[in-house]
Amino acid sequence: MSASTLRIALVGNPNCGKTALFNQLTGGRQKVANYAGVTVERKEGRFTAPSGRVLQILDLPGTYSFEANSPDEQITRDVCAGNYPGEVPPDLIICVADATNLRLHLRFVLEVKRLGRPIVLALNMMDTARRRGILIDVPELQRRLGVPVVETIAVKRGGVRALIERVDGEMPTAAPVEPDDAASRADLHAQVRDILTATVTMPRATAALDDAIDRWALHPVFGLAILAVVMFLVFQAVYAAGKPVSDLIGSGFGWMGEHVAALMPAGPLQSLVVNGLFGGLGTVLGFLPVILVLFLFILTLEESGYLPRAAFLLDRLMLSVGLTGRSFIPLLSSFACAIPGIMGTRSIQDPRDRLATILIAPLMTCSARLPVYALLIGAFIPMRYVFGVFNLQGIVLFALYLAGILGAMAVGWVMKHLRRDKSEHALLMELPSYRMPKVRDVAIGLYERGAIFLKRLTGVILGLTVLMWFISTFPSPPAGATGPAINYSFAGYIGRGLQYIFAPIGFNWQISLALIPAFAARETAVAALATVYLVGGEATGGLGHALAGQISLASALSLLVWFAYAPQCMSTLAVIRRETNSWRNVAISFGYMFGMAYAASFVVYQVTRMLT
Amino acid sequence: MRLSELSKGASAVVDRVHDAHAADPIAQRLRDLGFVDGEPVRVVAIGPMGGDPVLIQIGYTRFALRRAEAARVSVRAEVAA
Repeated sequence: MSASTLRIALVGNPNCGKTALFNQLTGGRQKVANYAGVTVERKEGRFTAPSGRVLQILDLPGTYSFEANSPDEQITRDVCAGNYPGEVPPDLIICVADATNLRLHLRFVLEVKRLGRPIVLALNMMDTARRRGILIDVPELQRRLGVPVVETIAVKRGGVRALIERVDGEMPTAAPVEPDDAASRADLHAQVRDILTATVTMPRATAALDDAIDRWALHPVFGLAILAVVMFLVFQAVYAAGKPVSDLIGSGFGWMGEHVAALMPAGPLQSLVVNGLFGGLGTVLGFLPVILVLFLFILTLEESGYLPRAAFLLDRLMLSVGLTGRSFIPLLSSFACAIPGIMGTRSIQDPRDRLATILIAPLMTCSARLPVYALLIGAFIPMRYVFGVFNLQGIVLFALYLAGILGAMAVGWVMKHLRRDKSEHALLMELPSYRMPKVRDVAIGLYERGAIFLKRLTGVILGLTVLMWFISTFPSPPAGATGPAINYSFAGYIGRGLQYIFAPIGFNWQISLALIPAFAARETAVAALATVYLVGGEATGGLGHALAGQISLASALSLLVWFAYAPQCMSTLAVIRRETNSWRNVAISFGYMFGMAYAASFVVYQVTRMLT
Repeated sequence: MRLSELSKGASAVVDRVHDAHAADPIAQRLRDLGFVDGEPVRVVAIGPMGGDPVLIQIGYTRFALRRAEAARVSVRAEVAA
């Protein structure tokens, strides 16, 4: 590191526009990682100032106070204080404050100042402040605070030029270090009031627009209706835009695999390339469109300020099963795919609430279960009407979705009563002003999510896919073998071994075997069943007939229930590992879902057998 | 009177925040957020289920508080300025 590099820490209250400022300063040149040993995101960027000096900027997690309540707030406190292990203390702290919310944000500025480090105050969102007629006497504010104050508009090109010039200029002198105790903390509020009285004229405490929107958005009836419409649109988009592209990618890789296969001699290598490599890449990349579409909406809702409103409306409901209002969006996303759902729990600050949400997210019926449901329902549930209007097949599908939700609620409730930490965890959630989401900020967020998924998960998922391919291919069938090759492979042996475990829930060895590739991706269960039952892969209707002849109704229902709860797929487990940084949580997820699926299938199988 | 007892639209002035137990982090956070003696507050909205959480306007900010959180804040009637 050259001596001319200036290390800058960016701090501020949540919703002060800090991330937008960071994006504006650094552009796309950011490095996103985790702090060692914790799942808090570490974002760093750099740029070269006009003087030629390199400015290295660390975007610290937003916090209201150094009296930290969560791991991310502790990191902000410790890095600013210069005692976070592995982080060089910052040369300069840029404190970001929302000019329209100074009553809250100035208190934290004063708290940062007491650390005795050089700081610059970025008075952000000055455009909004001016529009709302808020007058701020900046020179007087600067004099009273004793730190340089610079006006910024983070969302406007060139809106941070003054800040760059100030930071690139002469280093501000640090204020004296002051002690931190209860009396002095209370004193900070008095200081803020004095400063505000002397420097700020506020025509109105809130933005008129916020009040007008919230009258509807938070209304007990209309608010919930608006939320339902928003969610409906999100799902329409996922299935209209994300899913078809995902399917296209999947079949595209299949097609490429076949063409590559034509160029290679038949044999294990060809099979590895076609089934292992291209199949695996198709699976991994196939997740991407759904993830991106969901995150496009999540980020837009977050940037606009609507996300906390949704959390406000649903907090009571989620709290009753041991979650928080903020769990709602990640859980809902999990109906499309658990991977973005679990990645989306980063918006839950509280680690306990976040973990609880991650653990139950895979119980939401994701889109990959649908092919399995469709096959089994089509084969076993007669197409007839109940009470003349309700389609029985539809009822069963609905019941499976409901089973997922009720199961998740039950698990949430049980976890709430089993966990050691029964202390009260706060909601204490700020509802920020509504803002027009900026394309740049959403795009950067989207790029980061996509990159995290591809960089950190492709290897794992691809590795597991190749492993799956290996155990389903080797050893090769002996000469003169009549059954499908998979029967003679390791997977065949494992499947036959598993049938003893699965016999009480009605699975024969073919089904047990099909569960092995299904672990790679649920939708492959259909293809696997087709293979073991020697049915052409493309004729799903044929498979339905074959199944109906070979499996009892009780076994089929049991299998449906199994897919509703079973620990799948391995990509989800890999994400849980990444997002919680713990194999223990993966084991807990796998274990409880296995137990739950087994118990539910057992009951369904045995009861159906008694009735039929 | 407690903040949790105010009805929708009602205004009051904060008296103080009470610790629910020793070293209560939620109470400390409420104080840091500005729930201190003399600060005016108003109930802007209430949640659709059982009136929980409540949305409180304090200073220029709105915070959603669960009822158990709002119950830590004692308030008094607004003094006519």
